[in-house]
Amino acid sequence: MANEVVLLDTWVSSFGMRVRIALAEKGIKYEYKEEDLRNKSDLLLKMNPVHKKIPVLIHNGKPVCESLIIVQYIDEVWNDSSPLLPADPYQRAQARFWADFIDAKVQSVTRRVWTTKGEEQEAAKKEYFETFKILEGELGDKPYFGGETFGFVDIALVTLYSWFYVYESFGNFSMEAEFPKIMTWVKRCMQKESVAKTLPDQKKVYGLVVDLRKKLGLD
Amino acid sequence: MAEEVLLFGVWGSPFSRRVEMALKLKGVEYKYMEEDITNKSPALLKYNPIHKKIPVLVHNGKPIAESQVILEYIDETWQGYSLLPKDPYQRAVARFWAKFIDDKCLQPVFKACWGEEKDREKAAEEATELLKFLEEELKEKRFFGGESIGMVDIVASIIAFWLGVFEEASGVKLLTTEKFPKLCNWAHEFVSNGVIKENLPPRDKLIAYFRNRFGGANASK
Repeated sequence: MANEVVLLDTWVSSFGMRVRIALAEKGIKYEYKEEDLRNKSDLLLKMNPVHKKIPVLIHNGKPVCESLIIVQYIDEVWNDSSPLLPADPYQRAQARFWADFIDAKVQSVTRRVWTTKGEEQEAAKKEYFETFKILEGELGDKPYFGGETFGFVDIALVTLYSWFYVYESFGNFSMEAEFPKIMTWVKRCMQKESVAKTLPDQKKVYGLVVDLRKKLGLD
Repeated sequence: MAEEVLLFGVWGSPFSRRVEMALKLKGVEYKYMEEDITNKSPALLKYNPIHKKIPVLVHNGKPIAESQVILEYIDETWQGYSLLPKDPYQRAVARFWAKFIDDKCLQPVFKACWGEEKDREKAAEEATELLKFLEEELKEKRFFGGESIGMVDIVASIIAFWLGVFEEASGVKLLTTEKFPKLCNWAHEFVSNGVIKENLPPRDKLIAYFRNRFGGANASK
C-alpha cells in the first residue's frame, strides 16, 4: 500500500511548523491542507475529536495528534535516515525534558508578551527573559541543543523564530541584544533547507498578529 | 560498576508513585529518598535545578526529571516488561492519552473537588466531559495498555486511586458507575493488581492529608 501522508495545519502555527520541518528532514512527500480555525473542516473534527486542533498528521488514514508526539512518530516510522532523537536513552530523556520545558514554559509565556499590557506584560516579559536565559544556559557552546546535530529540541524551539519579530515589537526588546547565543543558533538552523523553507517570513506573521490584535480588541 | 538507581519522591504524590510502579513492574532495584517539599534537600535542588520538583530518577549519578520522561526512560533502559507498545502508531496513541490526562484532566478534577465553591460545578462539568473521552478510549480493553498494565494505566493511576481519595475527602462525586461503568471497572482492576496495590500510598493517611491541606471550610464531614 502506498504511503499516504496528509498534514492538517495552519501556516502560522509554530506547532505545525515543527511537523513540517520533521517531514522535510526525512524527505517525506505529503499533502498539506490549510485549516481555517474559525471554520474547522469535518476532516479535522473527525481526526482530532478530543482537542479539535492542528497539527494533525494522517498516515494511511490514521491520525496522530500533538506536534511533539507527531515528530517522535515520524522519527520512529521513517527511521532509516536523519534521526531526530538521539540513540542513547539518557540523551533521549534529556531531549524530551527540554522539549517539554519549551512547551510548558516558553509557549505559555510568549502569547502573554503580545496580548497583554502594562504590569501584566512586564511580568510576562520577565518570565520570557528568565526562560530564554535558561535555554541559553542549556545551549552553552554547542552548535545545536542536541549537540553536533540538529534534532528534536532544536525543532521544538526554532519554529518560534518566525514569531520573534512579534514579541520584539509588542514587547519592546531585541532578541539579538538580549540573547545573542540564541540568535547565533537560530542563524545556524536557518542554514538548513528544512527550516528555511518551512518558517514563514517574520513580517508576514507580524501582519497577521496586527489584524488579530484588532479582532481581539487589543488595538 | 554496580548499578545505582535513586528515586526522589513524596509518599502521597501520584507523580513519584507512578515512577515506583514502573520500576517495580520492570523489577528494578532502587533506593527511595522521601523529600519534604517545604524543605527541599540540596540533592534534589542539584538534580533538578530547573523545576526543583519531584520525582527525579538518578541512574548511576545521572538525573532525569518529569514523570512521563522518566517512564519512557525506564521503558527504554530496562528490558522485560513493556510499558509502551512496540508499534509506532500505538506508541503515539499511548503518548497522546498520557499527555491528555496530565495536561487536561488534572486541573478540572482538582478544581471540582477543592476549588472555590463558585467554580466547582463548572469544573465538575468539564472534568466529566474529559473523563468521557477516557471511558470511550477504554472500549472493551481490560487496561488502556490492552491485556496488561501500560504507561497510560500508570499515568491514569491518578484517576484510579487519587480521584477516589479526593472524592472521599471532599464529598464531591465525579467517577460514578452510572456515568463511567468501564472506567470504574478498570480502576478496580488496576488497584487490585498485586504490584500496583503494594505501591499505592495508605488511603486513610492520604484522605486525612488532603482534608487537612485543601479542605478547610469547603470539606464535607
